[in-house]
Amino acid sequence: MSATTTGLSTAAVAGAAGVEPETPARPARRGRGWWRWAVAAVLGLYFLVPLAASVWFTVRSRDGVSADVYAGIPTAEGFAENFGRSLALGALTVLLSLLLMVPTVVLVELRLPRLRPLVELLTLVPLLLPPIALVVGVRSVLAWAPEYFFGTPLAEAFFALQEPALPWILVLVYVVLALPFVYRALDAGVRGAQLRTLTEAARVLGASWPRVMLTVVLPVLRTSVLNAAFLTLALVLGEFTVANILGFETFPTWIVRISGSQPRLSVAVSVLSLLLTWALLLLISALDRRRREEDPA
Amino acid sequence: MTAAPEPGTVTAEMPGRAPARAAAPADLREQPPVGVRLEGLTRRYGGVLALDGFDLDIAGGEFLALLGPSGCGKTTALRAIAGFEVPDAGRVWFDRRDVTAVPPSRRDVGMVFQAYSLFPNMTVAENVAYGLRVRRRDKAERAGRAAELLELVGLADRGQRYPHQLSGGQQQRVALARALAVAPQVLLLDEPLSALDAQVRLQLRDEIRRIQLELGITTVFVTHDQAEALSVADRVGVMRAGRLEQVASPDDLYERPATAFVAGFVGTMNRIPAVLGDGDVEFLGVRREVLGAAPAAGPAFALVRPESLEVEADPRGAGRVVTRTFSGAVTRLTVALPDGVEVQADVPSAGSQGLTPGTAVTVTPAERPALVEPAEVTP
Repeated sequence: MSATTTGLSTAAVAGAAGVEPETPARPARRGRGWWRWAVAAVLGLYFLVPLAASVWFTVRSRDGVSADVYAGIPTAEGFAENFGRSLALGALTVLLSLLLMVPTVVLVELRLPRLRPLVELLTLVPLLLPPIALVVGVRSVLAWAPEYFFGTPLAEAFFALQEPALPWILVLVYVVLALPFVYRALDAGVRGAQLRTLTEAARVLGASWPRVMLTVVLPVLRTSVLNAAFLTLALVLGEFTVANILGFETFPTWIVRISGSQPRLSVAVSVLSLLLTWALLLLISALDRRRREEDPA
Repeated sequence: MTAAPEPGTVTAEMPGRAPARAAAPADLREQPPVGVRLEGLTRRYGGVLALDGFDLDIAGGEFLALLGPSGCGKTTALRAIAGFEVPDAGRVWFDRRDVTAVPPSRRDVGMVFQAYSLFPNMTVAENVAYGLRVRRRDKAERAGRAAELLELVGLADRGQRYPHQLSGGQQQRVALARALAVAPQVLLLDEPLSALDAQVRLQLRDEIRRIQLELGITTVFVTHDQAEALSVADRVGVMRAGRLEQVASPDDLYERPATAFVAGFVGTMNRIPAVLGDGDVEFLGVRREVLGAAPAAGPAFALVRPESLEVEADPRGAGRVVTRTFSGAVTRLTVALPDGVEVQADVPSAGSQGLTPGTAVTVTPAERPALVEPAEVTP
């Protein structure tokens, strides 16, 4: 055994020595690698310097460094209410987006593949259309419709949509704004899975379509669904324009409102929300990596 | 020599090491077999006619293979039986039950797909029990049936694995167990072996046949591999352009092909210039009776299998051996005849050592009726 091992080692060393003069791979790789670090450093500075400056702004005080402003966030006036409202809006937006888009994406994949370009184009519209144009249109409708339908259930519905405690109209607008991200996240998952075969296998075993969706499609698209959900949540937690123009108070509009009177608190909350978004994205990445490790195929 | 197993696989798939398999569950064996009838099925995709008035009768308990080139409609026919394709015209019957409009979930068929189709989020046992869960069977029954069927396909110890931890052959076995778990009336196999390597393919092919014989379940097996079809099926249906060219036992299909297409598609067939006479045909200098209905007299081609040609070394012979391929008991010779015709002949290897390339030979058809086709229909 030892002779064999020695022989193999010698051969390996000899082989390496044989090619070394002609292919000095290691030094060249080292030489080429510096610019990657340079790019990473520039990008890191670009993102981290403003963040570090923000953090410094929130923790410095006349007495030195203090995290008091962060400790005061949970009890800050309006924080719990507006953060809770934005979370609720985010959850509803995620739910509605997935209810709308998961069946759509599956339907396009399985039954209507020829409609894929059209659906892709439609889901791109929110990116092409400036949010300001969208919200001005929505505001016009909200101003006109209750009066036009006055005395009918439709008018009541329009009033209910604008309930300040939970403005459903924002959910509807956010669903539209999130479409490009939700569709692309789900579509990527669908294309990577053998959805047709899996759904047919389940169907032939007697499963109804709702059961196929719940027990086969959703688990297979788990990472894509999480991806879509977190992207949507991040969008809602950071959306200012629509909420502000429509006159609703949400987490981002609250941050802007308090920035005049409590600038350190507003920056501290912004930093925390940014870190929360990063944490969510890292969580998706970790889940996806785990899935890939579980299923190399 | 055996191929190395994939990581995480068991040696059960290694050639020559197939373990003894358990008997099929009693209730599966006792199921009355169901006949399938396809009646004038037509299915069109845009301008392409996938099925063109397709008729087929499959007896209860029969193993029928649908064989044909890509795009001939064999998978469409199978999917019509499963209910995934709704025909533009025609009907599908299971015994006397018209299932044409019945959705796949209510047809009571089991299906194994060409692509790996195990649910990746479920264990092997959960996959096998999925159909029973859908049917609301209790947990103990599901677990018991899954264990029985995994035993049947030789994967009893793989129940808690996930699909990605199995090799391709093992995944297809689990898919077979899953299809059988619901005690289906008809088992549909859509090229289930095509993604597997040759050794596993042979073993799983025999396994499928063994289980089918044991259960007596009506089975339709789609394949483009003629060796696969001929070796396992009771009958083989050869398809072309959405129609059946011939349905027959493997022996009949090989020995008595009904059409020139079948003759060319199944096995190797020589086309030798011939002249049709009155009830007989003359080729290679001899006369033979015509097999089946004889076309009108005139120029034709005799269709002759390589094993139906005798080759003898003869210094005055008009033929010349071009190539010689040894394959065990039989050696295949390619012989060039005058007028640019080349034929292939299988001769016993013992005693054929003298038939080397360049040897002058005479080629004589065996004393048996020959299949002919008119010369003008040959492409």
